[in-house]
Amino acid sequence: MGDYPSRSASTSAGGPGVTGRHTGSAGDGVSPIPPDDRLGNRPPLGGGGALPTKSRFSMETGFRGLSTAAGAMVLVIIVAIAIFLISKAVPALNANTENFLTYKAWFPNEAEPRFGIAALAFGTVLTSVIALIVAVPIALGIALFLSHYAPKRLATPLGFTIDLLAAVPSVVFGLWGRDVFSEPVKSFSIWLNEYFGWIPIFGGDGPFGRSILLGSLVLAIMVLPIVTSLSREVFQQTPGMNEEAALALGATKWEMVRTAVLPYGKPGVIAAVMLGLGRALGETIALALTLGTTFVISFNLIESGGNSIAANIANTFGEANATGRGALIASGLLLFAITLVVNMAARAIIYRRREFRDSAA
Amino acid sequence: MSLLERETPGVVMTPDNIRTRKLPVAADLGIAAVALLLSAAVVYGLGIGNWVLVVVLGAALYLVGLYFGAGRVEGKRAARNRMWRALIYSACVLAILPLASVVWTLISKGAARLDADFFGTSMNNIGARDPNGGAYHAIIGTLEQVGLATLMAVPLGVLGAIYLVEYGRGKFALTVRFFVDVMTGVPSIVAGLFVLAFWVLIVSPWFNNGTPRFSGFAASLALTVLMLPTIVRSTEEMLRLVPGPLREGAYALGVPQWKTIVKVVLPTALPGIVTGVMLAVARAAGETAPVLLVAGGAAAINMDPFAGNQSSLSLFVYQQAGDASRYAPDRAWTAALTLVALVLILTVAAKLLARRNRLS
Repeated sequence: MGDYPSRSASTSAGGPGVTGRHTGSAGDGVSPIPPDDRLGNRPPLGGGGALPTKSRFSMETGFRGLSTAAGAMVLVIIVAIAIFLISKAVPALNANTENFLTYKAWFPNEAEPRFGIAALAFGTVLTSVIALIVAVPIALGIALFLSHYAPKRLATPLGFTIDLLAAVPSVVFGLWGRDVFSEPVKSFSIWLNEYFGWIPIFGGDGPFGRSILLGSLVLAIMVLPIVTSLSREVFQQTPGMNEEAALALGATKWEMVRTAVLPYGKPGVIAAVMLGLGRALGETIALALTLGTTFVISFNLIESGGNSIAANIANTFGEANATGRGALIASGLLLFAITLVVNMAARAIIYRRREFRDSAA
Repeated sequence: MSLLERETPGVVMTPDNIRTRKLPVAADLGIAAVALLLSAAVVYGLGIGNWVLVVVLGAALYLVGLYFGAGRVEGKRAARNRMWRALIYSACVLAILPLASVVWTLISKGAARLDADFFGTSMNNIGARDPNGGAYHAIIGTLEQVGLATLMAVPLGVLGAIYLVEYGRGKFALTVRFFVDVMTGVPSIVAGLFVLAFWVLIVSPWFNNGTPRFSGFAASLALTVLMLPTIVRSTEEMLRLVPGPLREGAYALGVPQWKTIVKVVLPTALPGIVTGVMLAVARAAGETAPVLLVAGGAAAINMDPFAGNQSSLSLFVYQQAGDASRYAPDRAWTAALTLVALVLILTVAAKLLARRNRLS
C-alpha cells in the first residue's frame, strides 16, 4: 500500500476527477490518537501519523503506467500501420512505370511494373455506394420497426436476429452470393437488360452474373445489420417527451416519427451510414468471391465484371513478387487512408452529440 | 359536453361519430387481393416476368391502393400513416429473406460432408479427384490463431479500458478514445497488410535466417489489431456501469486505487467484459483476409503457430470455394457451416451471458 486515494470530487463514477491523488503529504493532519496514548509506549494504531510516506515507485504508479501504455498502444498501432505500409509501398511506387493514380491495369509483377489504382478505386466506391443506396432505406425501416412499431415481444428476438446477421463471417456471405444468390441476380439482370437495356447502366449484351450488381447486393446485406443496430439505438434514445408532445398535438404515428424521432436521430443516422460505408469500402472476401475481376471503369451494373481494391489484394496476392506485394500494400495504404477519413468523419459527428457518444459503439 | 351541445344542438354522440372512421380490415385485405390479382394479370398477360415481379408489382399496387382507399375513408394523413407502416413492415420482411436463405443453404449444403472424416483429416495429399479430405488442420489453425490473439488482445484491451475509465483525462484520453473508435473501422485487409509489412517481411527474417516466413502467429497479430478496439470499447462501457459507491467504499477503507480496480471494479464488471471478449473472438474467428495474407494457408496439419504456413476455417472456405475440384464446394459449405456454428455459439452464449449481467 504505497499511498491512498483521495475521496472523489464528483459523484459520477469514472468521470474525470474521481480519483485524483491526494496532494498533501502524509501525516499532515491531526493525529486521531488520544494524547494520553501518545505518551505511552503503544504503537500508533493508524491515522495520519501511521501512514507510510509515499514511495517513489509503488504498485500504483506501475499499474497506472501499464494501463496508460495500453491506452497509448492504440495510437501506436494506428501510426505504425501508416508507417509500415508507407515503407513497403514507396519502393514499389518508385518502380512503377505508369501513374499510380490514373492507370487502370494491374501488372506489378513484370520486369517493367505498371499498375494503377483508378479502376480498382472506382469499383470500390461504386459497389459501396450502390450497397448503401440499397441498404440504408431498408435498414432505417427495420430500425424504426424495432424501436417504434414492433411489439416488444417481436422486437427483442428480431433485434437479436439482426445482430446475428452481423456476426456471420463475410466469407460465408461471399460463398452464398457466388453459389446461391448469383442465380436470381442473373435472371434479374437478364430481365433488366431486356426491358431497361436502353438505360446505359443496364445495357450490354452479357454475359451477366458475377457483376457489380451481385457484389453490391451481397455488400448491402452485410452492411444492413451495422446501420440497423446503430440507428435503432439512436432512435430509441429519442426523449419520450418529444414523442408524447407530438402525439398530444394530434400527430399520427408516422408524423410523430417524422417530426420527433427522425430529426433527433439524424446525426446518429448519418454517422451510422458512414460507418456502414467504411465497412463496405474495406470488405474483401465477399467481393473477391462475387465480382468478375476486370480492370475497366464502367458504370454498367449487370455485365460480369467489377473489382475493388480489397478484392484485388485477396485475388492477386498469391502470385505477387516483391514489387507486386509492394504495389498491393500501396493500394492498401490508399484504402486505409480512405476508410480512416470516412471513419473519423463519422466519429466526429457522433462525438458532437454527447448523448450518442457512450452508446453508439 | 354541455358546451358541445350548446354549440351544435343537433349532434347526438354515438359510438359511430365520436370515433374516427377506420378502414375495416376486410377492406385492407381486399385491396391486397385486388392488387395481387391485378399485378398477376398484368405480368402474365404481357409475359414480362415471373412470380417475383408479381409480388413486387402487387406490393406497389397495394401501397397505392391503400393510400387512396384509406385516404377516402380515414383522410389523407391517416392514409399516409398506413402507407409508411406498410413500407416499414415490408422492409423487415425483405431483410429476413436473405438471412433465411443463408441459413437454409448452410444447413442443406453443409450437411453433405458433415462426417467424422471431415473433422479428422486434413487436405494433405488430397487431389482434385479425391472426394474425401477434411478441415482438421483448418480447425487447429483457427483455434490456435484466435487463442493467441485473445491472449494478446484481452490484457491490452482491458488495461486500455481501465486507462480510459479510471486514469485517463484531458486531451490525451479523449484522443485515445476517439482513435479506439476509429480503429474499429480499420478494414481487416489493412490489418493483414500491416502485419505483412511489419512482422512477415521485416521482423520474421530475424528469426528465420533472413527469409520472410508466414506463420499462424502473424495471423494472430493481425487478429489482435482487429480485436483490440472492440474489447476496449465493450470493457470501457462495462467499467463505466460499475457503481461509484463501490469504488468510494474501497477508497474509504484505505485501499489504493490499483487494488480497488483489480479487486472491486474488475470483478463487478467481469460478466460484461467476458461478453465483449466473446463477441470480439467471434468476429475474429470469421476473418479471412488477414489469415490469407500472413499465414499463407496450408494443406497439411501444422500444430506450431510460430513456424510455417497455417490455415484457418475461413481461409479453408475461401480456398475451397476457388478450387476447381467438383468435391470442393461440398467441403467449402461444410466448413462454412462449422465456422458459422462456432461463431454463432460464441455470439449467442455472449448475449445470454449479457442478459444475466446485473449491471446493464
